[in-house]
Amino acid sequence: MLSSHIMAAAPVAAQHASSYLPIALQIVFAIGFVALMIFVSALLGPKRKTNDKLANFTSGITTHGNARQPMAIKYFLIAILFVLFDVEVIFFYPYAVNFKSLSWTGFYEILLFVGLFLIGFVYIIKKRALKWED
Amino acid sequence: MTLLAFDWALFIEKLVLIAVVIFGSLGIALYSTWAERKVAAFMQDRIGPNRAGPLGLLQPFADGAKLIFKEEIIPNSANKWLFILGPGMAMTAALITSAVIPWSSHLEIAGRIMPLQVADVNIGILYIFGAVSLGVYGIMIGGWASNNKFSLLAALRGASQAISYELAMGIALIALLMLTGTLSLKEIVEQQMAPGHYWNIVYQPLGFLIFIVCIFAECNRTPFDLSEAENELNMGYHQEYSSMKLGFYLFAEYVNMFVASAVMATLYFGGYDVPFLNESLLSPNVAALVGIIALMVKIVIFIFIFMWVRWTIPRFRYDQLMELGWKKLLPLALANMLITAIVILWLQHK
Repeated sequence: MLSSHIMAAAPVAAQHASSYLPIALQIVFAIGFVALMIFVSALLGPKRKTNDKLANFTSGITTHGNARQPMAIKYFLIAILFVLFDVEVIFFYPYAVNFKSLSWTGFYEILLFVGLFLIGFVYIIKKRALKWED
Repeated sequence: MTLLAFDWALFIEKLVLIAVVIFGSLGIALYSTWAERKVAAFMQDRIGPNRAGPLGLLQPFADGAKLIFKEEIIPNSANKWLFILGPGMAMTAALITSAVIPWSSHLEIAGRIMPLQVADVNIGILYIFGAVSLGVYGIMIGGWASNNKFSLLAALRGASQAISYELAMGIALIALLMLTGTLSLKEIVEQQMAPGHYWNIVYQPLGFLIFIVCIFAECNRTPFDLSEAENELNMGYHQEYSSMKLGFYLFAEYVNMFVASAVMATLYFGGYDVPFLNESLLSPNVAALVGIIALMVKIVIFIFIFMWVRWTIPRFRYDQLMELGWKKLLPLALANMLITAIVILWLQHK
């Protein structure tokens, strides 16, 4: 059942999907190379481990706890804002590709979208979300 | 059974091309480290590496061999598997980005046409964006898994810097896509090669400026190398790394630089196009060779600019970096996009 289903879809999808196969090949090649190098260098190096050597590096001063602790919220905020704005940027791509055929009508509609984008942008600036020094 | 009928000739052809691309980019990354030291030496009136081989040309191999034979250290408090995954991911992401770059037109061997591009997909630019974004995981995972405060801070800085500049880069690129109307890198190059058409830099100078600034930030290069600010963070996100895992982080930066240079040359500087030369007059193989040389010359120039900037401009402060990315480049890129749109439409309907 499954195979007949795939066979039926093959003529349509084959040419499209097959152009991505070399990319998959390159990804496999790259992962293989990286894994091999990490493995080989792990075998080749000397292994003389001591407790002092395996402690975290802190420029010589005594360690105070570890790095599993709360960090500045600003970084998280940037990440959230990035997700929001990047999704909006991605919406521009299909528009840009069809830009010439959409002509002025498309442009007025994208102006509306840019307007909404800017409202959000001005809002986060007014909220001081991008201000790094308090 | 058509699915099982596999084109082995194509498979081998692509495998050879992939091997050449990957080992080629590693080789260029290797020699970029040498070039970086030589350029730095030149700018600071020093000699630079000159012991291993003539002009120190064997230095990168000596460095590479040293890294492989060094002792591997995984700190006791680190998260072991993520600690190994981090540099692996950074390097893999750097190596797979080059899959959609057209290195030249095509070779003809025994009647068989071999395009010198691993994959000509119609979403080429989106693929590059996706693969480049994976590099952020390498930095973030490595920095977090080290369980070191310096590494963690550096990783956070690196990650939020990379994602911030991706926005302006994306919008700067959209202005270019309005001109080209395609996401395929091959078609973008062919459009620039067409008679009566100039390189895209002529139509998009501001877009290119925004793009190159963002590329510098994406590659964590000076003046945006805050994740490696040694006076604040010792060595940065690869603080705890040693042996080849450290080597991967360092090489990944240079491979990224090489691929970024290739992308800039392809998008804005005609890719494998030689100015004032009609490639269709040459035989295909000669044209392909000339094309590769032309692209490599452009790439080397860009890599030199990366180094030139590194030894010229001091590092930004972190709030300056964020302000430049969000409050200056992003609105500028939006304005560039709208102005480009208006000019194109106005010319179209004149």
